[in-house]
Amino acid sequence: MNLPIYLDYQATTPVDPRVLEAMMPFFTNAFGNAASRNHSFGWSAEGAVQQAREDIASLIGASPKEIVFTSGSTEGINLAIKGVAEMYASKGKHIITSQAEHKAVLDTCKHLEKLGHPVTYLVPDSTGRISVEAVAEAMREDTVLVTVMWANNEVGTLNPIREIGALCHEKGVLFFTDGTQACGKVPVDVEADNVDLMCLSAHKIYGPKGVGCLYVRRRKPRVRLVAQIDGGGHERGMRSGTLNVPGIVGLGKACAICRDELDESMQRLGSLRDHLEARITSELDFVHLNGNKEHRLPGNSNLSFPYVEGESLLMGISDIAVSSGSACTSASLEPSHVLRSMQVGDDLAHSSIRFGIGRFTTKEEVDYAADKVIEAVRRLRAMSPLYEMAQEGIDLASVNWQAEH
Amino acid sequence: MAYSDKVLDHYSNPRNVGSLDKGSKDVGTGVVGAPECGDVMKLQIQVEGDRIVDAKFKTFGCGSAIASSSLATEWIKGKTLDEAEKIKNTEIVEELSLPPVKIHCSVLAEDAIKAAISDFKNKKASA
Ligand SMILES: Cc1ncc(COP(=O)(O)O)c(C=O)c1O
Repeated sequence: MNLPIYLDYQATTPVDPRVLEAMMPFFTNAFGNAASRNHSFGWSAEGAVQQAREDIASLIGASPKEIVFTSGSTEGINLAIKGVAEMYASKGKHIITSQAEHKAVLDTCKHLEKLGHPVTYLVPDSTGRISVEAVAEAMREDTVLVTVMWANNEVGTLNPIREIGALCHEKGVLFFTDGTQACGKVPVDVEADNVDLMCLSAHKIYGPKGVGCLYVRRRKPRVRLVAQIDGGGHERGMRSGTLNVPGIVGLGKACAICRDELDESMQRLGSLRDHLEARITSELDFVHLNGNKEHRLPGNSNLSFPYVEGESLLMGISDIAVSSGSACTSASLEPSHVLRSMQVGDDLAHSSIRFGIGRFTTKEEVDYAADKVIEAVRRLRAMSPLYEMAQEGIDLASVNWQAEH
Repeated sequence: MAYSDKVLDHYSNPRNVGSLDKGSKDVGTGVVGAPECGDVMKLQIQVEGDRIVDAKFKTFGCGSAIASSSLATEWIKGKTLDEAEKIKNTEIVEELSLPPVKIHCSVLAEDAIKAAISDFKNKKASA
């Protein structure tokens, strides 16, 4: 076992060696431009891109013609939301989203708000889930787009995508979902799940950074977008720019592997995650799960360790790479907007850790991480005035704290 | 975030962790900060005459907050109340090489010393 141990698979993933191998020729010998129609260099690049479209489409139940390559999910999100808002502005301007979305969605919506598009930010339940009823209630005459993520990157909560999609189709409203954390990790089928637009990103699924794609439905309904990057008219005019052939090949290969190994990986990651949680909760009291036990990504575990502050806990487990729900980097530290939207108290948010388990995680690593976390939490609680107060039976919420921030 | 060696040392081997009997008339207790802000420090002093003969702390907070309070207890032990009251947060910043974003941890430690001393003095006055 090598240290440090990487347990931050929701942030990014290493490139799978099989993916890298598939990409290699397209940096050197097969370096052609996929748009070059006059020679074999171009044809072989175009062929590889076509294969990638097919592999991606087959992972998500789409047709290859519905895939638009991007530089990743941030771009896919911008293109989908701004592209729809601009294209359909005469039909209506209202957008529905949720407070638990990734910043790329929230900031894109904020941008559109400034341009006069009203946006409803739904509040998720305490597990981070958006209900179809909440979406239905927020629908207005002028609603043109609903954007609700498939799987949350912090707490792993899965939204009822199929139901929300069905509602949107019934109302004639377009449905975009940020599939960055879901694709390749849980079953995704844009047909059965009633999705009109969806982004995904290679670096979250053992592909390279800086490449992803946007699925854009072509039938029932045919979705049209205003391009956000103008130029040579690549990708059916929706996204200009010479295609990143090696990256696209990597994305395609990554999707093919995820598709072939989906069932096995869901099983394996789910049981490693359960093992981690069982070990931690059997040895520590007051551990709080952030997220939804039932509807959750298999490789995600977001836990709060009350009475222990997150950054000091990260210091105590410094040979384990995880991420914390808050960063104490200023006097008024900001807990994660996702945990806040779930009404997780700021004190719990400050003590939260996201464990992300992935393809290369071993049981030995999970056990090592569990040991370290248990040891660090015990040590920090022994020096925590809050733990002491809790054990004396003092209700921390009733204390009149002396602090200005 | 990279921590200074001194912060790491206090974090790994905190000095004077623990509690004193807060009911005792010789003990002053200061609790500053708030859980929502991510730091709470409890600092206690035991006083004989006007001299601090023992000090203990418990801190909920980042490594720099733990180090600041650990250092504070080290410094005030053996000092008179007047001397301890003069400790400035900037001295803690300097000793621990705290970066600007962590200065509030040192402020909290200074506040905790002052709060403990004031609690002790109040007890004395009302006794
Ligand atoms: C849910 C979600 N959406 C969007 C993104 C942004 O993806 P990218 O890094 O490909 O721009 C991420 C990753 O950071 C994510 O987790």
